[in-house]
Amino acid sequence: MSLQILYFAWVRERVGAARETVTTEAPTVAALVAELVARDDRYAAAFADTAALRVALDQELADFSAPLDGVREVAFFPPMTGG
Amino acid sequence: MAVRVQAEPFDIGAETGAFATGRTDAGAVVTFTGVVRDTRGGLQRMEIEHYPGMTERAIAAIAAEAIARWNLIDCLVIHRYGPLPPGEPIMMVATAAAHRAEAFAAAEFLMDYLKSRAPFWKKEVTATGEDWVAARDEDEAALRRW
Repeated sequence: MSLQILYFAWVRERVGAARETVTTEAPTVAALVAELVARDDRYAAAFADTAALRVALDQELADFSAPLDGVREVAFFPPMTGG
Repeated sequence: MAVRVQAEPFDIGAETGAFATGRTDAGAVVTFTGVVRDTRGGLQRMEIEHYPGMTERAIAAIAAEAIARWNLIDCLVIHRYGPLPPGEPIMMVATAAAHRAEAFAAAEFLMDYLKSRAPFWKKEVTATGEDWVAARDEDEAALRRW
């Protein structure tokens, strides 16, 4: 499947891109992260501590254990600091 | 209910006036404005990044919940993004309800949820460098009271 991946804030800076399209068969967010980390050091730096990260699937907050079935857009970012 | 996510400045007085004027059913209107604060001295600007699409959806969901829980007559959320100098308004919420207790509580609820559940990130830029503002445990804890 083809996924749009978006990165925000320091995750974007460490990955060095705001968005990209990846082809993957990863069943879960955690499996997708493992694939990315194995691909390049930039991802290893961004995903060094996933407890410090949040993920959204199709613009809804989700868990790293969530399945990617039918998902089109995955976003990774640090805890939000609005207001 | 109105939700606006914008780079442009907004006029607090004009927004409050437009929101509060001409209502006969609301006994209480509460507004809150968030302002860029120079916490350590030497702040040149705050850069606010957001997630277009999700931001509007997340705020609309939070506002809808506030309306339902406190039986609000109306609510308004404005949140800016982009580079903002110290002293500049970042965001505002306004709530209208029959009585003040509901209007105050809903405004606080909106603020607590916007801080930790709306996809915004702040970066402080000073003469010596730049730092992403870290989320605070107190902000996460504040959600539990609701």
